[in-house]
Amino acid sequence: MKQFKGRVVTPGTTTAEAVVTHAGFNTLASLQKSLQFGDKTAKVNDQNNPELFGKPIAGKALCLPQTIGSTTGGLVLYCACNMKRSPSCMLFANRIDSLACAGAVLANVWIDDCNMPVVDELGEEFLNYVKDGMKITIKEDGVVEVD
Amino acid sequence: MKLTTEQEAILNGSKGETMAKVMKTLVMYGDAFDAEKMVPVTSKYNHLVTSFGLGVLDPVYDLMNKLIEAGAVSGQKFSADPRPMDKNVPTSLIQKLVFDLFMYNKQDFYEKQLQQLGLMEKDAFTCTCYMDEVGNKPDKGDVLSWSESSAVVYANSVLGARCNRNSGIMDIMGSIVGYVPYFGLLTDEGRKASWIVKIETSKKPEAQLLGSAIGMKVMEDVPYVIGLDKWLGSEMNDAAATYLKDFGAATASNGAVGLYHIDNLTPEAKELGKALVKNDAKEYIIDDAELERVKNNYPVMWKDKDAKPKLCFMGCPHMSLQQLKDWTNRVSEALVQYGNDKVVIPTVFTAAPAVIRKFKETEEYKTFEKTGIILSYICPLMYMNNPMCAKMPVITSSNKLRTYTTSRYYTDDEILVQITKGGK
Repeated sequence: MKQFKGRVVTPGTTTAEAVVTHAGFNTLASLQKSLQFGDKTAKVNDQNNPELFGKPIAGKALCLPQTIGSTTGGLVLYCACNMKRSPSCMLFANRIDSLACAGAVLANVWIDDCNMPVVDELGEEFLNYVKDGMKITIKEDGVVEVD
Repeated sequence: MKLTTEQEAILNGSKGETMAKVMKTLVMYGDAFDAEKMVPVTSKYNHLVTSFGLGVLDPVYDLMNKLIEAGAVSGQKFSADPRPMDKNVPTSLIQKLVFDLFMYNKQDFYEKQLQQLGLMEKDAFTCTCYMDEVGNKPDKGDVLSWSESSAVVYANSVLGARCNRNSGIMDIMGSIVGYVPYFGLLTDEGRKASWIVKIETSKKPEAQLLGSAIGMKVMEDVPYVIGLDKWLGSEMNDAAATYLKDFGAATASNGAVGLYHIDNLTPEAKELGKALVKNDAKEYIIDDAELERVKNNYPVMWKDKDAKPKLCFMGCPHMSLQQLKDWTNRVSEALVQYGNDKVVIPTVFTAAPAVIRKFKETEEYKTFEKTGIILSYICPLMYMNNPMCAKMPVITSSNKLRTYTTSRYYTDDEILVQITKGGK
């Protein structure tokens, strides 16, 4: 087990299985199709991200450098949270980008029963260490345990 | 974040619970980026990315309803991205059923919401709201609460306004309270370049291809581009602005660029020059081979890679009036050259409703009508999101459309030949 310390963007605790991308996560390209056509597992549909393409991310610990793409990204993430098809948590190696941050904050403020903790600035070492399927536990203070 | 007395009061509920939540959203957003304060939104109009009544976006419409019911409507009028459907654009019966029943079944409902929230006028739907014909063109130095990546990067870079890459919904929050958190591209420091990009091509680079290469390389950083003025000149005329519209959209969609500087051309680069470049800036050199490498790496998402194209989209982002005129002349001449009366692939040119109205008053429009090209205000991206449309072999010279859909990228010259020559 290894611990990493990041910065809490939206608070919360959870334990989930890791899904990892080393390229930017394009929120619209990844999630729109699954949201639109009732895929509760939220399989990623971004053709430009072979690492994630076809993998379900609902309820997973999404480990990523940052999100990229359309400025609808935040509202797509907000909708995914509202429809219970979002990742269980999002763990950013870099500082969070403005689109992902918007989605996380909107979900935190406007959805009463939302629990999608978001931690950023976990560093390159985190992203190099974590692999698909590893067990991730997030503590309140931004500490992330990887098993 | 340090708030003024008024902002603090709103946060504490002086204007009601909903306004308090709007302010809390903006404060949390700003805190994540260490914003020290909120600053007033100074542009006359806002621009929203969300224009489509996708049934699946019910959570968004519920939120909008909460805002409307609480009287928390936009302090500014706004434009919004293009409509997702237009009966003039070819659709099969099955495609239409998917559009009407499963996808944009909330379009009329959502447009009513937008009108209640402050839409500029009923047809204010375009991604190029900054066109003179549309009238949502901020001044240099204006602080914006816009979203729509291609509009944000244009406003920052070509017009010298100040706007972060805001997400949908966050855009209207800033407009409702009249403030946005001060961070990133709103600050002088945040507008400095951490990349120098040197253009060393043997001819004028394709705008959408160059933007794609730069976006993929610098991601969300600010590039300072040297050598492009050789091809675009040093005056921000219509041709240069149009080129940068397409270039910027590609930087924003293939990466996450919110601002670029073009040496000797864009307003801040003209004022401050290389003082805008950080000391530790990285360097990226673009020559013919690099552009070819980038182009050759685009995945082709068609099931049959040799399929004959069934549709061509031009205008993502929406075309300018001058682009419509220029393309009319190019297509018309090429049709004569190849001995065809009309385009041989169904082709759609897209532009803002206000630009279309203006274009219809020009001499070129008479020629345009003879080419067989369809003129539409649609968002090609929203069209292609229909899985029944995504199965079709569609071509485009838009790198944004390529990135988000199954459409296949060709350069402008290649598109021209494809739509006018066909199999001859």
